Amino acid sequence: MSEPRTPVLQRLRTSPLVWPVGAVLTLIVINLIAHSDFLSVQLVHGHMYGNVIDIARNSAPVLLVGLGMTLVIATRGIDLSVGAIAAIAGAVACVFISDASSESAVGTAVEACFLAMAVCVVLGLWNGFLVSVLGIQPIIATLVLMTGGRGVAMLITSAQITTIHNSNYEFISDGFVFTLPFAILLALGLWALTGLIARRTALGLLIEAVGINPEASRLAGVRSRTIIWTVYVFSALCAGLAGLMISANTSAADANSNGLWIELDAILAVVIGGTSLAGGRFSLTGTMIGALFIQTLKTTITAIGISPDYNYLFKAIVVIAVCLVQSPKARARLVGLFRVPRKQAVTA
Amino acid sequence: MTATTLPSATEPVSPQRPRRWRRVTKSAWSVLVTIWSFLRTYRPPTRYVPMLATLALLIGMFGYGSIRFTGFSDPQVILGLFVDNAHLIVLAVGVTFVILTGGIDLSVGAMVALSTIILARTLAAGWPLPLAVLVVLLAGVVLGLLHGVVIHYFDVQPFIATLAGMFLARGLCYLLAPHSIPITNHTMTSFAEATVNLPGGYWVTRMVIIALVVVAVAMWVLHRTRFGRTVYAIGGSEDSALLMGLRVARVKIGVYVISGLCSAIGGLLFGLYILSGYSLHAVGMELDAIAAVVIGGTLLTGGTGLVFGSMLGVLVLGTILTYINFDGTLSAWWTKIAAGILLLLFVMLQRLVTRRQRT
Amino acid sequence: MKQVELSKDPAAGDPSQQPAAGTATPIVEMTDISIAFGGVPALSKVSLRLFPGEVHALMGENGAGKSTMIKALTGVYAVDSGHVALDGERRHFHSPADSQAAGISTVYQEVNLCTNLTVAENMMLGRQPRRCGGSDRRAMNRQAQEILERLGLDVNPSSPLSAHPIAIQQLVAIARAVSVDARVLILDEPTSSLDADEVEKLFEVMRTLRARGVAIVFVSHFLDQVFQISDRMTVLRNGNLVGEVMTQETSQLEVVKMMIGRELEVLEKLERESSDTGRGSTDQPVLKVLGIGRKGSVEAVDLDLYEGEVIGLAGLLGSGRTELARLLFGADAADRGELAVRAEPTRPRTPRHAIKRKIAFASENRRAEGVFEDLTVADNMLLALQAARGWLRPIPTGMRNRIVREYIEALDIRPTEPNALMRNLSGGNQQKVLLARWLITQPEILILDEPTRGIDVGAKAQIQQLVADLSRRGVAVVFISAELEEVLRLSDRLVVMRDRRKIDERPNDDVKVSDVLEIIAGAQASEERDHV
Repeated sequence: MSEPRTPVLQRLRTSPLVWPVGAVLTLIVINLIAHSDFLSVQLVHGHMYGNVIDIARNSAPVLLVGLGMTLVIATRGIDLSVGAIAAIAGAVACVFISDASSESAVGTAVEACFLAMAVCVVLGLWNGFLVSVLGIQPIIATLVLMTGGRGVAMLITSAQITTIHNSNYEFISDGFVFTLPFAILLALGLWALTGLIARRTALGLLIEAVGINPEASRLAGVRSRTIIWTVYVFSALCAGLAGLMISANTSAADANSNGLWIELDAILAVVIGGTSLAGGRFSLTGTMIGALFIQTLKTTITAIGISPDYNYLFKAIVVIAVCLVQSPKARARLVGLFRVPRKQAVTA
Repeated sequence: MTATTLPSATEPVSPQRPRRWRRVTKSAWSVLVTIWSFLRTYRPPTRYVPMLATLALLIGMFGYGSIRFTGFSDPQVILGLFVDNAHLIVLAVGVTFVILTGGIDLSVGAMVALSTIILARTLAAGWPLPLAVLVVLLAGVVLGLLHGVVIHYFDVQPFIATLAGMFLARGLCYLLAPHSIPITNHTMTSFAEATVNLPGGYWVTRMVIIALVVVAVAMWVLHRTRFGRTVYAIGGSEDSALLMGLRVARVKIGVYVISGLCSAIGGLLFGLYILSGYSLHAVGMELDAIAAVVIGGTLLTGGTGLVFGSMLGVLVLGTILTYINFDGTLSAWWTKIAAGILLLLFVMLQRLVTRRQRT
Repeated sequence: MKQVELSKDPAAGDPSQQPAAGTATPIVEMTDISIAFGGVPALSKVSLRLFPGEVHALMGENGAGKSTMIKALTGVYAVDSGHVALDGERRHFHSPADSQAAGISTVYQEVNLCTNLTVAENMMLGRQPRRCGGSDRRAMNRQAQEILERLGLDVNPSSPLSAHPIAIQQLVAIARAVSVDARVLILDEPTSSLDADEVEKLFEVMRTLRARGVAIVFVSHFLDQVFQISDRMTVLRNGNLVGEVMTQETSQLEVVKMMIGRELEVLEKLERESSDTGRGSTDQPVLKVLGIGRKGSVEAVDLDLYEGEVIGLAGLLGSGRTELARLLFGADAADRGELAVRAEPTRPRTPRHAIKRKIAFASENRRAEGVFEDLTVADNMLLALQAARGWLRPIPTGMRNRIVREYIEALDIRPTEPNALMRNLSGGNQQKVLLARWLITQPEILILDEPTRGIDVGAKAQIQQLVADLSRRGVAVVFISAELEEVLRLSDRLVVMRDRRKIDERPNDDVKVSDVLEIIAGAQASEERDHV
């Protein structure tokens, strides 16, 4: 048995999370240089406020979507419809509340949320059906819902921005629990729950197996079809929660703009966190750090005085940098070791 | 393997008087029989089937529309599709090249916006038109080149690489044009408004001609040049293409350059159409292009597909919009729902066709 | 006549001891080539000489390094040390295009063509005739037609390649290589999907090319064919050069000895041991197969498996052995026939069903259908068990560690670290991990499809020993292998398949390889009549 301390330290050093964590820390340092009180938090009326809190809270929707996206990507799939699903969830909830007899009651809010979640389950089943039963490529299968889904959301809201008045519903986004914003707790809670289920049961391993080698998984007796179906349903649920949070934030459902392009941010968060788009091993913690990174980047850009128009440019640079770092071929080329890319040894 | 010759049948000893009309009817009958058996057993090459399905759908939609609405069957309506979607046709052509190799290009919409902005700004700064156009095309080529290099030499997945390209292009858009910049250059505006008159009183714009030329060139390249056939080869099996000694690196990078170039040309056409440069132009246009390509029969896995089909795909999408305009009562969101349903139907059709091919 | 000394140390195969070659100088000379993948050596100082106008056979068991050698010559792999010379000049080929331009043409074992293109395009692409900047389709089709006719192939050049069976596709691949006017033609296992007529056609073409002065490399494991067509042979074993001989100066037995070497003794010992394993005393078959078949795959097969019995499935490539195995396991769904496990009727539609019924199947294509490269050895091993338990019941850590340690030891898996990534193991060790995966499910029926393919002889012997042990413990084993010696060494009963049908079944009483070959060739007509 080796010394007790080394394994932990060694594991931390060689962990693939080093890169995203380092990136976030770098950004925080930059922020501190610009504003020395960047990290300060204040307790006002039993609520915590501060830049860090804001970052965490604003990254909550992307984190929620990212959790579902991580598992989908791990099975070698992708879910482009999460933005549309978020819009639909918000639309369903808000329309329900605004049409309800007691618009601002707790019960109404709870029912609205359940209804929205039920709709999301159906949408997830739909996506899963296309991918696992019909065998349609995930990009295209989810593109269908992405294209048509916003139309459905507009249908639900009759293309009007549906505003509501229900403080209980707004609690999802604006409320505080034990001094912390509820949004953060919800996102962290789902992260913890997902991590628990994935790692404490065999589900995480089975998902990884399906992503690494779908055929070998089938031959080993893994329920590939059920697993793939499940992750799409989970992704839809996560997108739904994010949609509720987004619409709660503005107390309105805007079918056109709610969750617009959130799928891209979610995919970015997953990739930055170290999960490969080719499927297989995944890291929920990585996705969380990735989501934090994206939000911190946005904040940093404004904090140091650069126009928010540069946000896209920086995202581009980050994406490329992350991909180059993660790809062994890229690393090798950059160091200039090999001349001819060597293929993996194949048995004769 | 020599064919055995059948012994010829001996003629009857007593020859009949030649009945000419009997011979004529006999030969006419055999011709008919040949035609009938040909039609009955003719199956178009499977690679054309999805595209033919698109064509059938297009004809069907037009048929239904002309029954439903008066004026729908006016040929100008069809020509109007080309006029309104010339830029999307060019985009779809470029994206087809990329998808044929099994890749994808998410940056085309952003490149269109960037093109309009570059055009607007250079013209506003007094640059001569040819130079402005050249800079736009160069920008498209450079972006495509970056994509190709990163994807082929650094092993980055096309989805992520072109996503970064999209961010890059959009980022440049926001930088160069926070607000809309009108294009007032006289040559541009007169070019945009000029019509090409066709017999019968019908007309198209010059942009349509450009788009059709691009389609024709693309068809020629894909079917008649070594480059084009290598594109299909890579889509069929990149490893095999490599082992066959084909110039895979050159072609793989080349298709992204072509896509970039096409999105620049599409941007120019769009700029002519809308006569302004704005960073929020063409948001989501890449998805329209990809949907059109899929509806046109190209498989996302690569190796199968035709640019003509992609053009038909664009027309199909445009027809839905026209239908909704004619109807007037349907709201804008039905376009999206209809597009989604159509996409689904086509993908399922493709699955059916390829599944039969595989067994 | 002169013979090469069988070195005690295979690594010392010295090229300078070669028999005197003809007066011609070699057109290609590979000297002291060494290549290693991730630290595992694939070739160690191997040399090869190719003379013009000669058919040179490259021999060796699976995993000996033949394919690696060829890929080194054609520029697919970069060599770690040693060099390649063409016409006496040292050359570095960076890619297949490079070597092709230099006149070295290859036809690989897996048909490396693009099935979505036409036959003519596959043959001529890259060199097709041009007209006004584009390719001249008609001329291309015409040229392709000429070449096809010269080979006696009746194939429409403008038809898509996918419309033809694999055998034709392979001949098209060869036609492509031929059309390049190559000076060196490399054929890597070209006859594995061809029947006797097609093989003879191929040999005709080879003789024509040889007369033209082309140097031909013929890689094959069919000894008869090699002795029929080749002039010279180079034998590799475990990545080392054993020797280079002229075909006329040696015999099949000598060559086999060179390929297998001293491990032959180990295996012969095994043979003596395994003849002690009898089958179980129960009369009830553990697996009863009645008319299982699938359209386009395998015709109805009847089979009975008894406890502790090893059934060897023999036959050439394409005879339907793997297809039958997959049907038994439910990897493919049978559309007719019945299966009964211990008299309980069942027809596995999915692998899950089969596993529940205690049937296990190790696929022949371990890379695509067995190995999870990015998972650890432990995860790979326990996957089938975990899948059977369901996701809600993860295997407790204690049990996990115990089982993994047991099997690593029992199967001598190296490296012994359970958390090593599967991708870093050699082929032989990967195969052992996969076997462990199935053994852990404690099957009653174990189907092994080519379990010893592409692994070193040491591991091979271990796996064969394992099969013998299992049968002694009462597991019914179906053993499929292309190497007839192996099948005969281990099986209690022999089932021969050909053209997707079972053509013979008999107990393994002193059956020899030549007997089996005759059965396959159809010579033992009387047995065929009885058993069909």
